[in-house]
Formats: sequence, structure tokens, C-alpha cells
Amino acid sequence: MEMGAGTFHTATTLRALGPDPWNAAFVQPCRRPTDGRYGENPNRLQHYYQYQVILKPSPPNIQQLYLDSLTAIGIDPMLHDIRFVEDDWESPTLGAWGLGWEVWCDGMEVTQFTYFQQMGGFDCKPVAGELTYGLERLAMYIQGVDSIYDLDYNGNGVSYGDIFLDNEKQMSEWNFEVANTETLFDLFNKAVGECENCLEAKLPLPAYEQAIKASHVFNLLQARGVISVQERASYMGRVRDLAKGSCEAYMAKNAEDWKLRHPKWSAA
Amino acid sequence: MADFLLELLSEEIPARMQAKARVDLERLFVAQLSDAGLKAGAVTVYSTPRRLALIAKDLPAQTEAVSEEAKGPPESAPDQAVDGFCRKNGVTRDQLEVRDVKGRPTLFAVINKPGRATSDVLSEAIPAIIKAFPWPKSMRWGDASASTESLRWVRPLSGIVAILGDDLVACEIDGVTSGYETVGHRFHHEGMITIGNAGDYAEKLRACHVLVDQAEREAIVRDGAAKAASDGGLELVSDEGLVIENAGLTEWPVPLLGGFDPAFLDVPEEVIQLTARVNQKYFICRDKSGKLAPNFVCTANIDASDGGKAITAGNEKVLTARLSDAKFFWELDQKTALEDHAKKLSNIVFHEKLGTVADKVERVAKLAERLASLEGTGLHRANPEQTQLAARLCKADLVTEMVGEFPELQGLMGGYYAEKEGLPIAVSNAIRDHYKPVGQGDDVPTDPVTVCVSLADKLDTLVGFFAIGEKPTGSKDPFALRRAALGIIRILIERDLTFPVKRTVASALSEIIPLPSLADSTTGLEIAKEYMGDGKLGTAFAMEAVKKSTIAAKSVTAEIEARGPIIDDVLEFLTDRLKVQQREAGVRHDLIDAVFALGGEDDLVRLLARVKALQAFVVTEDGVNLLAGYKRASNILKKELGEGSAPAQAGAHLPFEQTDATAGDGLLPSQEYSSVKTLSYTPEKAEKALIDALDAAQPNVTAAIAAEAFEKAMTALADLRAPIDQFFEDVTVNDSDDDKRTARLGLLARFRAAVHQVADFSKIEG
Repeated sequence: MEMGAGTFHTATTLRALGPDPWNAAFVQPCRRPTDGRYGENPNRLQHYYQYQVILKPSPPNIQQLYLDSLTAIGIDPMLHDIRFVEDDWESPTLGAWGLGWEVWCDGMEVTQFTYFQQMGGFDCKPVAGELTYGLERLAMYIQGVDSIYDLDYNGNGVSYGDIFLDNEKQMSEWNFEVANTETLFDLFNKAVGECENCLEAKLPLPAYEQAIKASHVFNLLQARGVISVQERASYMGRVRDLAKGSCEAYMAKNAEDWKLRHPKWSAA
Repeated sequence: MADFLLELLSEEIPARMQAKARVDLERLFVAQLSDAGLKAGAVTVYSTPRRLALIAKDLPAQTEAVSEEAKGPPESAPDQAVDGFCRKNGVTRDQLEVRDVKGRPTLFAVINKPGRATSDVLSEAIPAIIKAFPWPKSMRWGDASASTESLRWVRPLSGIVAILGDDLVACEIDGVTSGYETVGHRFHHEGMITIGNAGDYAEKLRACHVLVDQAEREAIVRDGAAKAASDGGLELVSDEGLVIENAGLTEWPVPLLGGFDPAFLDVPEEVIQLTARVNQKYFICRDKSGKLAPNFVCTANIDASDGGKAITAGNEKVLTARLSDAKFFWELDQKTALEDHAKKLSNIVFHEKLGTVADKVERVAKLAERLASLEGTGLHRANPEQTQLAARLCKADLVTEMVGEFPELQGLMGGYYAEKEGLPIAVSNAIRDHYKPVGQGDDVPTDPVTVCVSLADKLDTLVGFFAIGEKPTGSKDPFALRRAALGIIRILIERDLTFPVKRTVASALSEIIPLPSLADSTTGLEIAKEYMGDGKLGTAFAMEAVKKSTIAAKSVTAEIEARGPIIDDVLEFLTDRLKVQQREAGVRHDLIDAVFALGGEDDLVRLLARVKALQAFVVTEDGVNLLAGYKRASNILKKELGEGSAPAQAGAHLPFEQTDATAGDGLLPSQEYSSVKTLSYTPEKAEKALIDALDAAQPNVTAAIAAEAFEKAMTALADLRAPIDQFFEDVTVNDSDDDKRTARLGLLARFRAAVHQVADFSKIEG
């Protein structure tokens, strides 16, 4: 599924809701159409990978766990300048926000670190800590290369560029110049319709997938430059309603079970 | 006496919040102490990214014992009341004293509060301070966050050090307990540090690579960055905001000089600076000749084991990537002419009810050109073709990649691209500066082309949103209309542009809601447009004109009628903003009200000139006395005629002044009295003198106002001062002879009307 960040994955968004502890780590391919640079920027791509970690509830030593993970993959904190710089996270399309930092390594953002406070309009009880590692950027440090495309992909002569450079060039062209906007508007409306259909059938997981689809199509429309500042708010509002609706449905579907196992817990 | 140390350890506190947090910590601490009757000597507060700290000198070991008295019920009161009183004050009945209050034996409780140990006070104060701390944003975390009632802090609170003298102040909040231990630098020092007391705190931390005093870190960033630059033969572009921000991001700041490929210097300086400053928090440098150098200074938070080589290289890489992005945009944008960029504006909706940005640009262009042809305003110096061109291109950069990436560069980039295209300098300047003035401190444009485009853009926005009913309400102003209005006001005032705002607003409105087209004969419509701006009467004129035209134009008349209120609303909004702005500038609000109450005036520059003349006049002796005379006359009229407060009318400049002025006080008696010309009796000397003075002064005042010579108008009014004083001295207004009484009241009404030509004196205080 195309999505802009690991945060969108059900294992993050939906699992951040409810009282159950949840610890997960996975690699998430991400697409951000507007970040495409036709393969010309050494560290900006419209398709890349995140290593997504979610720890719920956030453990008290989460910062240290994170720093240890950097050391473990070969980043020496006595040689590099690692910093936690304020970066509060807000996703209007998910009706979600959290406080945290972007973690800098020598001035480069290598990780997004967030304590989720709300998701889909619901308070996170308890709060989950989310760590989103930029895999390519970290790999650049470790391998000491200046361009993502020069990364050694398999230790056997295949570079990242061999695999992805053409993809970046062609996808950038498609995202910015070629994608048929009428088709996109149509896809958007169909995803909205299907999401509503799922919500009616009380199926939060497929509903949420359609919400993510709508969100990605909206990003493509943005890249095509056909959505104005004013319209933007209204489109985002529609996606937010879908995502919120899915979260609500997820809460409703699980509430009974949660209450049974966590008598003190309440949604509000 | 003992010194107290408090440290609140947390995960990284945003740099921008630290200064206020220090102030808040001190304020809350001092308040807690004073509630307990304690006072510290010097209080010092510190912050680093990971801690807030406070040191209070010379705290007494105990609070002072106090004795308080509470008065209770009379001795004879029922037991219930007495028991209640005892409970409330925590005493027993036999501890009560009986005292005489106005002859009645009354019960008193004397409550002796012994002194409390200061450390007990602090144990309670610390959790209270933490709970009350006003972070701009706070959060929940960890196991406790299963409840929304859990403690909130800016980021997770991880420790409390609280030591009075050498003793621990025990306290606990949401599972965090106080102790002697804290942490040093994240990477330079492993494990915990034990603090002994307030005296060794800063030094123990320093030994562990933490400079707790922000002023010291700021000095290191400031001086170190300058030195790093000068060591490289460069001059640092100083930036105190960056100094403070970098000091707030580090516990052990180490400024490092880095460089980038000089090829990037093709990109405009503002873009490089913005990229370096906003995205990376780097200082930029200039070479000896003052040109931007391909260098920067970053601030690391560590004494790296290789002396900072890897850190510098890493930061260079990041900036290179950022600049290559910027250069990519810069070059890509120039491949398309601004004119072609502008075509894409038709894909962007400005507002669903106000069309696309391209529609807005079209309206702005027409309005700007019309402004450029306004005679006698100074704006006609603007070349109409250049004004049109600038207006048509002024929003084109909104669809460029660079502005997409850095929205704050809107205007500026358009200006650069226009320059690169070889457009006239007046055009590129206007594109660059037409958003001005943006904030209060921002410059107001001077070039006539820029002024026309800037005014037209703001007027279109303001009038447009009013036309669709999107007026700002309370604190809600989503379309920044207050800023647009203030921009218009500042341009008019600071550029001394005297022109009819109302007609211009009407003109802007006619672009937004075009009048239904009237095929060939447009005479009526033209006249209509011309007069529409002049309020009720103008609308009447306009409708008449339309009727007289050969076309049946019911829809047009309806249209014209409908837009009157919109125009009035915009005018009122503009004058309200002007009032606020003037009040903030220290002009007496009653004088502003006195002039504004007259209504009818839509030339802001003239309004302001009148306020200023009035301000100068009312403090003179003539002014003070005339005001006294006015108030006396006004009171008599009110009393004798049962008038409410008489609304004033001014508008000597308006064509229909005569009509309106007679309606002047709005009440028939005044009109009747003021028009009395011949008297049925011989007036007394002072009465005659006032009549003569009014006869002489009135045309002078009228003429002076018409000539916008407001000081002269005030002088002319001043001539009435002696006669009115004398009149009140010698003449009985309320004469038993009805003719005399009527005539004299009429005379006072005339006097009042004369004064009202200048300002509504009833609004003036004093």
C-alpha cells in the first residue's frame, strides 16, 4: 500500500489506540510525491524506506534505547553530533498529534521521535513512543557516501542507484507532469466512497486502508499542483473524516474486549 | 539561612521555550515562598536543553510564627453556630476569648500558627510549581498516561534535585522523587552525578561537560562563531536569535566553520541565508568585500574525538543537499517565463466564492491601473502599463518551486525572476514589494507602481471577503483582513495619499461582483458606478441614472442597492482599524471619536489631519474654554428641548452637505431654531455679538474645512470663544418671553452646529 510514512500503517495508527501494550518494529516503504527530485538530489527521494518502531506505553528509558540503537548500527556519538531538536508532529489527515523531536546527526535529520498524544481524535491512553528511522540517511553515514544513489545495496556490486535511480526519474516525471488529474480526482472519490461503504459495514481495517489510499491520491494531486491552498483544507478535512471514522470504528469494535481486560480503562 | 537548589531534569526542552520557562520558574517559586511568608535573597534561574534550575540564596530555616484572630458569633449565639465556628478555625470552645464589640460580648478565636520548617514548605511548593507550570505545549508519557489525568510536562520529566543547605528536600510527583543525583552531558559523561548543595552545582556540572548558565553558553556561541569565521578570514553575519537558539540546543556548545561549493552562490542570498538559518540553524559569513561567502558556522554539542572533522563534513553534506535543492528550484523556475507561470494561477482557487488566483490577479490589475490614473494623489506618477504588468505578474511566483518550498520568499522570488527576465525595474520592484507592509515594523512601499499594486491587492482581498460575508469576528480573522486593512491604512497615511476611499472600495467591489452587463448603452451604468461610492445619496443618484438610461435595468438597481451595506461595512472596518492604530500610537481616543463621529469623511489622511489639529487645539486656552462653552450650550439645549445626545454631521466637502447639515441635529426644533433669521425683539449686546461672531465664523470654518486647513478652522472657531462666554455671562436663555427663549435656544443650536463642523465636541472628555 502506498503511504507517506510508517505512521500511517495500521500497526502504528490503529495500534496506538486502546489500552493494550504494543511493541512493533518494521520496515515501511514510503511515497511522498512532492519530494521527488528526478533523481537529482543526493538525499531527497519520492520513494524511500523508514524503519518504524512503536513502543506502547513509552518506556522511561526510550531515549537511551534509541541512542544505543544508533551505536549498535555503527554511529559513534563521540564522533558525531547527535541532537534532539524540537519537532512536534501533527497529522491533520489522521486527526493526530504528538510532541517530540527530529533527531539530528551532524545537522541531518535521521529520525523522527514522537510521543503520540492523540490519534484519530482520541487521546492515546497510554501514550506510545514512535521512532521513525530514515534508513537511507543512516546508511549514508555508516557507509560514508555523499549520495543515496551511491549506497552499497547488497555488498555485491549493486548500488541503491542501480535499483532506484530510474524509478526516481520516471516517478518524478509522472508525479509532477504526467499523472492524469481527472483520473486522480476520480480515484479519490472512489476511495472515499469505498471507505464509507466499509464504515457502514463496521469493518475498520479495510475502511482505514481506503482512507490511506485517498490520502495518497490527495498527495499526488498536490504534486500535480491542482489543489489550491483553500481547497487543500477541504480535501484534508475529507481524508481526516475517513481516518477518524476508521479510528472510531476500530475503537467501537474493540471497546468491549478492552474493557473486559482493562476494567479501569475508558475511551474518553 | 541556607541556599536552595532546585533542578528539574527532563528530556530535551525546545530551545524557543527556555527563556520564558526560566521566568515562569522564578515567578512561581517566589509566589510559593511568599504565600508561606518566606522571602529568599537573590534568586537565579538557569536552563539547558535538559534541565531547568533555580538557586535561591539565604532562605531562613523556618517561616515566622504568626498569630491570627478570627471574629465569631456573639457569646449568646446557639451552640450550633459556636461549634461551627470552632470547627472552621480548628480550636476548641474553651480556647475562645470573649471580647466586647460595640457593647456586645463576642467570641474570638486566636489561632497561633507556629513557624514551619522551610524544607516542609518547599516539599509542598515543588510539586505545586510543577503542576502549575505554564508550558506552551505539554504532554503525557509512560505507564501513567493510561489516564489523561497524569502529570503533564513539556517532555517527560525524569528527575528532581532539591537541596536546602546540604539537606534533601523530599518530594514526589507522579512517581518522580527528589534526590541528590542528576546527569551530566549525554555523551561526555556516563552515569549519575551527586550534587552536594547549591554551591557546587554549577561546577560539578561543568566538570561533566554541562554549562548550566545559558548566558555563558550564549557567549561561547556568539564569540566562538565570530572567531571561527575570522579564523577563516571571514566576517560572521551576527544573529542574536541564532545565538540564543543554539545555546538552547546545547549543553556544551562548540562552534565549527564549514564550507560549501561556491557554485551555489548563484542562488539569491536570501535563499541561502534562509536555508542555512531556518533549516539548519547555521550562521552565514561574508568575505572581506562584504559578499556572501561559501561558508557557514554550525554549533555542535560535543567536543568530538576527531576535533569536529566528521561533524563539519556531515553538516557540509547536509547544507549541500539543501542548497542543491534550492539551486534546482532556482534554475527550474527560470526555464518558464513569469507570464507562463501566471497562467497556472487559474488552477489555484483563491476562494471558492471569489474565483481562482488568476481571477484575483485580473481584478487587481484593473484596480491598480485605475489607481494609477487617479489625479492629484501622487499615484498618477505610476506608469499605467508597468502597473498593469506588475499586477498581472505579482502572484506568478506562487506556482514556482522555490516559493512552494519556502513560502516566506513569495514576492521576493517573483522580483528576482522578473529581474532575470529583464523586465523594467519598477515592475520587478513592485512584484517583490507588493505584499508590504507585512508586519508592524515593515516598510511601506514608496515606488508609485508598487504602491498601486500593493493597494489594489489588499483592497481586493478586503472587499472580496466582505462581499462574501467573511468578516473577521472577535479573535477569528482567518483571511488576515485586519492586516490587509492596516496595510492599506499605513500606505495611505505614510504616503500621504488623499483620495476617496469609499469610491475606491466601490470600484474594487464592482470588479468582484460585476454589475450585470448593459449591452451597448452604458451611460447609466457609468454614472451609476461613479456615484455608487457616495453612500445613500450616491446610490439614489446611481439608481436615477440607471433608470434614465434607455435600458430597463431592474437587476442593476437591485445590485446597486445590495452593495451599499458592503461598502459601508468595509469603510467602518477601515476606520475602526485606523482608530485602533491611532490609539496604539498614543492619540487621545476621545478626540479620535469626536472626529470620527462626524461620519461622511472617507479620506483617511484628512480624517487624521483633523484629529491632529483638534488635538493641538483642545489643549490651548481657547480650546479649553470653547469646550466649556460648548458643553454648557449643549446641556441647556438638552435640558430645555429634551434632546438626546445630538448626533453631529460634518462633511463640508460633500456635495449634499446642505441637505444633511440642516438635518443636522436630527430634531426638528434645532432646525427650526437655527433657521431663525429675523428677531421680533432687539437683541441684547452679548446676544448680538454672538450672532455677529457666528455670522463671521461659520463661513470661515466652512471654507477652511473645504480647503482642508483644519488649523485655520480651529482658529475660526476660537473666535467664538469670547462671545459665547460673554453670552452666558450677560444673557438669560430661559427668558419668560417665549420669542426670546426660542431665539436664544436657536442661537445656541447654531453655535453647536458651527462647532460640529469641526468635530463632535460632545465626545471630548474634560
